[in-house]
Amino acid sequence: MQQITEDQLVDARDLMCPMPVMAATKARRRLQPNQVLKILATDRGSLSDIPAWAEANGDELLDSGEDNGVYVFYVRKADQE
Amino acid sequence: MSPDTQPAPAVTSDRAATEDRGVTEDDVRRIICDEIERAFRRDPATRTAAIIASKGTLDWAYPPLILANAAAAVGMDVSVFFTFYGLNIIHKDAARKLKIDPVGNPAMPMPVPIPDIISSLPGMVPMASAMMRSKFAKKNVATIGELIATAREVEVRLIACQMTVDVFGYTPEDFIDGVEFAGAAAFMVRARNAHVTLFV
Repeated sequence: MQQITEDQLVDARDLMCPMPVMAATKARRRLQPNQVLKILATDRGSLSDIPAWAEANGDELLDSGEDNGVYVFYVRKADQE
Repeated sequence: MSPDTQPAPAVTSDRAATEDRGVTEDDVRRIICDEIERAFRRDPATRTAAIIASKGTLDWAYPPLILANAAAAVGMDVSVFFTFYGLNIIHKDAARKLKIDPVGNPAMPMPVPIPDIISSLPGMVPMASAMMRSKFAKKNVATIGELIATAREVEVRLIACQMTVDVFGYTPEDFIDGVEFAGAAAFMVRARNAHVTLFV
C-alpha cells in the first residue's frame, strides 16, 4: 500500500455491519472536501461495503489493503456534495 | 418516426447529413445515455428509501434498522414507518419488549435440538432472547438501541403508524424522542417518490 496521510482516522475494528460504514459516515461529515479518511475495519463485509459507500457518496477510494487481519481503506472526500 | 411516414432514402440522407457535421450515430447514442444518466442522478427518488417495520421480535427488529442506517450512509433520505408490532422497536421499553420465541422457529440455532413442546414451556422465551442477545454481543453486533441512536444521528426519520398506536393504546410519551406520527397515506406519498421501498 502507498504511503497516504489521512486527515482523520476511523477505527471500526471489531464493529459489525453496518457499524463500520456508520462510523465512517459520521467522521465524513466532519471532513472538508478533498480531505482523506482512513478507515480500519475487521468486518469482512466492509470489503464490499466501504468501496460501495465511497462510490455512492462520489468519493474516491485511494487505496485499500489488509494488514494482519485488519482492512485498511483510504477514502478522499468528494470535491462537492 | 415509423418507416411508413419516413421513406428509407430520407433516413439515409438524414444520416449522411448528420455525419457531415461530424456527429455519428454512436455520438447521438452516447449523448442520450449521458443525459439519461444525468437525469437519473438528479432524480431525488434514487436517493430516497421508505421502509416499513411491521415485526416486533428481537430478530426482526434488526433488518429494517440495519438497512435504514446503511441507506443513510450512502446518502439517502430514509424514513422508517413502524406499524403493528414494529412499534415495539421504537418503544421506550424496547429492550424488554423485543424477544425471540423458539416455538415455530425451526431456523433458530439451538445448542441441542429442542422439541416445540419443551420450547413452549415457561422461561424458554426469555432464555432464547438472552441467548440471542449474548451471541450478538459476543460477535460485536450493535444492539437495537445503538442502531436506533445511530439512525437518529444520520437523520433517519422514525415514523409511528398513528392507527396502530391508537389500537394498542400507546401515547406519544411511550416512544423514544424524535418519533413522528403519521398515517398510511403520508407513508405512501413518500414511498411513491422513493426507488427503494421495503416491507419488513
